[in-house]
Amino acid sequence: MTVIEVNGLQKRYGEHVAVADVSFEVQEGEIFGVLGPNGAGKTTTVECVEGLRVPDGGTIRVLGLDPQRDVVALRQVLGVQLQDSKLPERMTVAEAVSLYSTFYDDPADGDALVDRLNLARQRDTRFGNLSGGQQQRLAIVLALLGRPRVAVLDELTTGLDPQSRRHTWELVEQIRDDGVTVVLVTHFMEEAERLCDRIALIDAGRVVAVDTPSGLVERTRAPQVIRFRPSGPVDEDMLRALPEVGSVVTHRDGRVEVTGTGDVLATVTTALAHERIIAAELRVTQPRLDDAFVALTGEGTR
Amino acid sequence: MTTTTLPTTAHRRSRGPFAGLRALTLSESRLFARDRVGAFFTLAFPTVLLLVLGLIPSFKEPLAPGGPRLIDVYTPIIVAMVLSTSAVQGLPAVVATYREQGVLRRMRTTPVRPQTLLLAIMATMMGVTLVSTVLVLVVARLAFGVPLPQSPLAYLVALLFTGVAVYGLGLLVAAVAPSGRAGNAIGTVLFFPLMFFGGLWLPRDVMPELLRGISDFTPLGAGAGALQAAAWGEWPQLLHLAVLAGWAVLTAALATRFFRWE
Repeated sequence: MTVIEVNGLQKRYGEHVAVADVSFEVQEGEIFGVLGPNGAGKTTTVECVEGLRVPDGGTIRVLGLDPQRDVVALRQVLGVQLQDSKLPERMTVAEAVSLYSTFYDDPADGDALVDRLNLARQRDTRFGNLSGGQQQRLAIVLALLGRPRVAVLDELTTGLDPQSRRHTWELVEQIRDDGVTVVLVTHFMEEAERLCDRIALIDAGRVVAVDTPSGLVERTRAPQVIRFRPSGPVDEDMLRALPEVGSVVTHRDGRVEVTGTGDVLATVTTALAHERIIAAELRVTQPRLDDAFVALTGEGTR
Repeated sequence: MTTTTLPTTAHRRSRGPFAGLRALTLSESRLFARDRVGAFFTLAFPTVLLLVLGLIPSFKEPLAPGGPRLIDVYTPIIVAMVLSTSAVQGLPAVVATYREQGVLRRMRTTPVRPQTLLLAIMATMMGVTLVSTVLVLVVARLAFGVPLPQSPLAYLVALLFTGVAVYGLGLLVAAVAPSGRAGNAIGTVLFFPLMFFGGLWLPRDVMPELLRGISDFTPLGAGAGALQAAAWGEWPQLLHLAVLAGWAVLTAALATRFFRWE
């Protein structure tokens, strides 16, 4: 079932075109990533989906609702975690949860959510005294309080240390396992690769590609890179003759770098074994979403 | 008489446009009480000022034989000050901080409208103002024998008109202030001319003719004038009520025009 439909979305701020043409569909129960460089139009896009901004063109439906016309109904089914949105400094965690619970027709069990997001010990701590990670987790609690069917999480892990980031990822997976469709806005490649079922790659206000993380990687046909220190001299031409190999370079310190595609690792190691050469310190760099990102958005060429 | 309700929307409408107002007002009141410095300035400072003035011997001498004393004249001026402090300094500081930190924005993502939060902040400020006003009047009565307002109804009307005018002004400052700090600064800068014309340094009764003429058209000049009249048991001048209503309409219109949630 399609949960979110965005069709030909456009949004300008004066002369500046923030979103030129964005279309995508989000299916029920998936973690859908909105990925792109800073300033690509990711946040503007989801803010239109959330009904916080009025689009200049295109249509949006969230569970069949128009975010502008049906905003009252939308607020009951859509949970939102905003980028950089705080609470009053002197409000405690428990007070925030009980206050926001009164906003919904059928709120979730706030205490259980607080426990699950690991905030039980901070219940009486004021917002101003929480760490960045704790503030983010409280934002997730508030976003989930209304038992939403869709949750939009914008730059969820920005500013978190690596450990909190990993913990937050597990939470996002749990949210999805509870049946909530998740839209995740991020510019962290690792986050998108690890969490998202599908990704809309946005650049300069347009959708460049919508695919699974591995699908995006395959599209770019970026080469694998093999590095090793051979036990004896390597015949570069012999390696270049192999069909999977693209280029071979021997560095001054004796290390060899081979690029190639497909089963290049097995082919190269077999050929070396045949020459009785042992490849020490062997490293293989697989193309990742990073490379796809650069290739598809042309980030490096700017 | 029969009415038809649409069952599909009845559930959602049942919460009404002011859903969340009670919970938000309680929450705002609690937050206000936790800000000890702010709470002191709005709640206790006016009474402290009254006590200090009342201890100056010349404040207890009648201005003219059989007439009011300076402390009698100052009590309504201090009440006007209570109103302007909470409206022009307190309200914009809270609202602009909330906008700056995205509290208003977050409210927009919930079923409760951010307008409701604005109302809750105003209700809290007005509640605090009322408590502070009563404190000033009671202390003035007990410590210095300043008579309580002779016409309570007229006094309430004067309070209401002055309140609406200064809260309009406060909302306008809140609308244009880019940050909590700026809101505070604009409010403080406004406070002095407002209170000057309200008579804090030179009561309206002893102002030169021209100055009092100007004061009549300022929010707190008209406000102090209306409160003073009601304190003596007279109805406020129509001019003062009209000026206050005019300020309220003008500032509310401008605030609505310029207000931003983010």
